[in-house]
Amino acid sequence: MDLFLQQVINGIMVGSVYSLVALGLTIIYGILGVPNFAHGSLYMLGAYFSFLLVTAGGVNYWLAIIISMAALTVIGMVIERIVFRPLVNAPHLNSFIAAIGLIYVIDNVALIVWGPDFKRFPPLYDQLYHFLGVTITLHRIIIVITAVVLIVLLELFIKKTTIGSAIEATAQDRVGARLSGINVTRVDMWTLGLGTSLAAAAGALIGPILLVYPAMGGAVTLKAFVIIILGGMGSIPGAILGGFILGLIESIGGAYLTTNYHEVLAFGLLVTVLAIKPTGLFGKAH
Amino acid sequence: MNTSPLRPGFLIPAAIILMAVVAPLLSENRYLHHLMIMACVWGIAATALNLVMGYAGQVNLAHGAFFGIGAYTSGLLMLKLGIGFWIALPLACLTAALFGLLIGMPSLRTKGAYFAIGTLCFNVIVTVIIDRWENLTEGQRGLLGIPPPSAIPLPYGLTVRFDNNMVATYYLFLIMLLLTLFVTRRIVISLMGKDFRAVKGNEELAASIGINPFRTKLIAFVTSTFFAGLAGGLYASYIGFLSPDISDFHVTFEVLIQVMFGGIGTMAGPIIGATILPVISETLHALAAYRMVAYGIMLIAVIIFLPTGIMGGLKIVWTKCITRK
Repeated sequence: MDLFLQQVINGIMVGSVYSLVALGLTIIYGILGVPNFAHGSLYMLGAYFSFLLVTAGGVNYWLAIIISMAALTVIGMVIERIVFRPLVNAPHLNSFIAAIGLIYVIDNVALIVWGPDFKRFPPLYDQLYHFLGVTITLHRIIIVITAVVLIVLLELFIKKTTIGSAIEATAQDRVGARLSGINVTRVDMWTLGLGTSLAAAAGALIGPILLVYPAMGGAVTLKAFVIIILGGMGSIPGAILGGFILGLIESIGGAYLTTNYHEVLAFGLLVTVLAIKPTGLFGKAH
Repeated sequence: MNTSPLRPGFLIPAAIILMAVVAPLLSENRYLHHLMIMACVWGIAATALNLVMGYAGQVNLAHGAFFGIGAYTSGLLMLKLGIGFWIALPLACLTAALFGLLIGMPSLRTKGAYFAIGTLCFNVIVTVIIDRWENLTEGQRGLLGIPPPSAIPLPYGLTVRFDNNMVATYYLFLIMLLLTLFVTRRIVISLMGKDFRAVKGNEELAASIGINPFRTKLIAFVTSTFFAGLAGGLYASYIGFLSPDISDFHVTFEVLIQVMFGGIGTMAGPIIGATILPVISETLHALAAYRMVAYGIMLIAVIIFLPTGIMGGLKIVWTKCITRK
């Protein structure tokens, strides 16, 4: 029972990070229709930026997260302007290839600048708490709370601000949004910035628990795509729920099933779900 | 319609095939021969992917898995059971096609991005299984010492040997590539090929004129996996070594890039991509990590400025030349 509870807690922690990454990916897909395979590479950059700010810059961890998010917002906007905007009327396959090109560029620039070795954050918030036979570090609690706060902030941003309403309108009907005077091109740029900043936050939050290295984004990208397919492409609640479901399944399944194959749980799950329900768990028929 | 044997649609492919036949005789350079052999392997894989993706419109991101299944099937049959190449190769194609059928049936009910990511997940699963099932596949150690194709006896006591004979290997692979192209061309210009394009354009519309979209997609998918298996089987025999990486989704991406770079939905495009991209990649090899940065920038630039690939670019130039007359 203790083991089970421990895995549930871990699953919620991992799931909250998955949710953040998937949320960024899904709003980008919802607005631009771009399957941004470079999303994990931007998550990696977020982890590196906050790592460097904390270790080399001596910056406070929270400030480091905010600076990383801001920096990645800018990088996301630049990527939209240079790479995805020229492809806006091309088939999605072209954006997909461009995103693979971006992975090559970003991951290898990171490799050249920071080297292939694994970086470890200095200990942060590593106080231990025990309750009900479960052990948890303060940092893990912080991750879950911060992730939930960010998700709520995103929801408020979309519902309460003008930019947010413009984003929502564009997601619902691109042509209609343009007809009612929304600058759709600018919405694209904001969205890529916003989505990328969520990936940066996820990288900065999980960085101190995992290791930071240039190829850390690859598996995360794949899992984020699994999540947004499960939750229905472009669906925000789907991405949040899907993230937690995947985190819990991986964590609980990893503890009880053979460890040899636990890393393919996510992928096996998606293949099974799609075989039964071709439009994903929450997807509408279309 | 112009049916003279001198029309460009006939003349240009004939000239290119002639060049491909003569080329290895002009140089003794083994490295050049190696590049040409690999161009045939990737050419078959890319043509196969183009059939399902370019003509039937299904973005199959499990192509590397089927390449790997073909490679491991022929490698294991030859190494563990001592079966000859000429039997192992067709079995490799059939095994890949069988997996294609098993995976195609559930996954082809999904559409667009769902299909792409679903097949990508299948690809990851296949690679992990090859990696972990050590009793069968030797896992990370890999399969070592896969024999080259066995010799073909000819009359008068002559034989064509493939061990250490790169020119013969090249001709064998070239014949396989031409065979693949021939079959693909026959399918594309047939009524079935018209069905493919109808389904690619609009499934509901295709269904309304009596085409069965699911059956059509399944035929394209299984045919594509058959030839992916062929490419894998040839690769195994030529390289002689297999590791789980050969079924990885990065192989899928590489072949996908070859198709897009050369020109999706054209006969020549995948071959152009499969020939040029490995050469560019090898040329940049000395630059290490910088190589991949340059490669990535080139990919982005090509996809932005030549969205229909090299063939698309050539077509634009060709139309301009004709209209100027």
